[in-house]
Amino acid sequence: MLSIVDLHVRVEGKDILNGLSLEVQAGEVHAIMGPNGSGKSTLGYVLSGREGYEVVSGSATFEGHNLFELDAETRARAGLFLAFQYPVEIPGVSNMEFLKASVDAVREHQGLPPYDAVTFMKLARQQSASVSLPPEFLKRGVNEGFSGGEKKRNEILQMMLLEPKLAILDETDSGLDIDALQVVAEGVNARRSDENAFILVTHYQRLLDYIVPDFVHVLANGRIVKSGGKELALELEEKGYAWLEPEVA
Amino acid sequence: MPDQINAYLDSDYEAGFVTDVEADTLPPGLNEDVIRFISSKKSEPEWLLEWRLKAWRDWLKMDEPRWAHVQHEPIDFNSISYYSSPKSLEDRPKSLDEVDPELLRTYEKLGIPLHEQATLAGVAVDVVFDSVSVATTFKDKLLEAGVLFCPISEAVHLYPELIQKYLGSVVPRRDNFYAALNSAVFSDGSFVYIPKGVRCPMELSTYFRINEANTGQFERTLIIADEDSHVSYLEGCTAPMRDENQLHAAVVELVALKGAQIKYSTVQNWYPGDKNGMGGIYNFVTKRGVCHERAKISWTQVETGSAITWKYPSVILRGDHSVGEFYSVALTNNFQQADTGTKMIHMGKNTRSTIISKGISAGKSQNAYRGLVRMNPRAEGARNYTQCDSLLIGDRCGAHTFPYIESKNASAVVEHEATTSKVSEDQLFLCQQRGIDPEKAVSMIVNGFCKEVFKELPMEFAVEAGKLLEVSLEGAVG
Ligand SMILES: Nc1ncnc2c1ncn2[C@@H]1O[C@H](COP(=O)(O)OP(=O)(O)O)[C@@H](O)[C@H]1O
Ligand SMILES: [Mg+2]
Repeated sequence: MLSIVDLHVRVEGKDILNGLSLEVQAGEVHAIMGPNGSGKSTLGYVLSGREGYEVVSGSATFEGHNLFELDAETRARAGLFLAFQYPVEIPGVSNMEFLKASVDAVREHQGLPPYDAVTFMKLARQQSASVSLPPEFLKRGVNEGFSGGEKKRNEILQMMLLEPKLAILDETDSGLDIDALQVVAEGVNARRSDENAFILVTHYQRLLDYIVPDFVHVLANGRIVKSGGKELALELEEKGYAWLEPEVA
Repeated sequence: MPDQINAYLDSDYEAGFVTDVEADTLPPGLNEDVIRFISSKKSEPEWLLEWRLKAWRDWLKMDEPRWAHVQHEPIDFNSISYYSSPKSLEDRPKSLDEVDPELLRTYEKLGIPLHEQATLAGVAVDVVFDSVSVATTFKDKLLEAGVLFCPISEAVHLYPELIQKYLGSVVPRRDNFYAALNSAVFSDGSFVYIPKGVRCPMELSTYFRINEANTGQFERTLIIADEDSHVSYLEGCTAPMRDENQLHAAVVELVALKGAQIKYSTVQNWYPGDKNGMGGIYNFVTKRGVCHERAKISWTQVETGSAITWKYPSVILRGDHSVGEFYSVALTNNFQQADTGTKMIHMGKNTRSTIISKGISAGKSQNAYRGLVRMNPRAEGARNYTQCDSLLIGDRCGAHTFPYIESKNASAVVEHEATTSKVSEDQLFLCQQRGIDPEKAVSMIVNGFCKEVFKELPMEFAVEAGKLLEVSLEGAVG
């Protein structure tokens, strides 16, 4: 589904990713861990097409497309989703309007007609209930005045409605209480299937107690320095990143 | 801000085309003969010719105002032609079927299917094409209700006592440079009279459009709402692409007698000039209303066009318990300059005013809000609430706020709130990451920003306004 080969990325003249490679197959869940500033968010941004992230060399192929030839909205429509580490507010634009514009854009890409307002409203209410966001949140501005946890739930709501093939969750679990964490985990687990894949960026084993990953990678200094199965996360939890020092350095 | 945004700022003005309608145009220049020509062309009574000439003599002694936050080359008032009317004027169409099909096609290109609008929405349309009205509909139905709605040039003949009483009563001939010019050479415009206690059975609507090169537009509108009557008036316009700057100096006067209500809504989409700042309309407008006891005047405007906008729809709250409202969206892009706002003059006791202004700047444009709230000594218990928000798109544009508060009554309350925000890269990227193209994203964000004003527009107009805003956003904000 996603194949990243020897990716080098520069931000503001600074090398951030230095030869990162990663293979993600449909049906897999990959966890990416690593120290702050190692380039985890940068990976999510460069894959999703944010401006200002310069691909110096290497490649990323998603579902047979060269990702770097597509603009950000096309990547999203093709099924690549990024849950933001810090979701931004859009005052004045109602969440419902935003969600509908988003879902309709993806549907159009798939050759489907836009939802009629009533059908979509039902769907949105249903899904927001499943992430424990009361229906009022659909009327409010996008993330406007939402608490940290509510913003993260809203990200998961967007994921549920958009049904992406590959979802990258950037520290969606950070700062969540246990209930919210379970909501996030349930959202991911509900979408887990042979056709979908996930990349979970996290610092904490506790998320991985709920979403059991197939692979765990350690990202340090812009490349993957260690990969393993779910046990690796436990090991990291116990020992931190210091024992990887030689690779990290 | 990112090139990405700048790229969207660069699409073309959709209304940019020129209609070929044979016109009967006066050569450029302004002198006494020109004024006599205009007046005689309309077979005006002697008093009106005198009125025009007085205005012209006053104007000669006046200077252009320089205080606005706008810059332009000096206007050569002798390079402007002061009269133009479509040839077909001689035999005016009795109905829309008789209107020049070329004209109707023009409106259709703009997405304003006139006949549909008139019949479906029940809107009476008084189309001003160049300087002369060429179509008036639904007149009979209005007459039944006693509502008078016609070109002001006709009203001069049909209702001379109303014209003589109220013309210049709100905006005096010599009120300001442009108002004086308008008084001297005004071409045509709308006249409305709503009798006592009558609720006008439909929205009254006018679309303006400049078509002749070098032809200044000097519309003159007069609306009189007699005691306890009610009217909603819609004004919209759009103009074809031109290289030369065109001057537009309209005057609108509203009179709301005891207990009357006037709602005046404008969507203004004059040609703003190209992306290099060439061409575009200079729009210097004087709009003012006077409220008698318990009367209410509400101005709602959506300003997306013009190279320069200079416009302060105002309310004189003369009567006790009268209410003034101003809801404004002003969008500027490229090299557009807008200096717009309102004046609320509280004279009566317990008068109230509300000002909601939303300024959106993109490209290299400059957008200024200028508002005056004056509480006169007699304005016991008067209140004003002002909210003034600016939204910046990109980092080469400017937003400015000039609130003037003059309170001469200690019991009067004036509240002012102002915010400035930016459409951020983060917001745009969030939208894109959710599959929404940036043009649509900006349009959504701007619409959200303007919501409080849009909800004040009459339903019939909201669609039109949204469309015009979107057209501007396509080029304007992307
Ligand atoms: N826009 C930017 N400008 C300059 N430096 C940046 C920018 N974005 C990220 N960086 C730098 O890139 C490095 C990696 O950041 P990031 O990908 O956010 O790390 P992580 O998500 O792993 O904590 C950090 O050193 C950060 O300061
Ligand atoms: Mg990060």
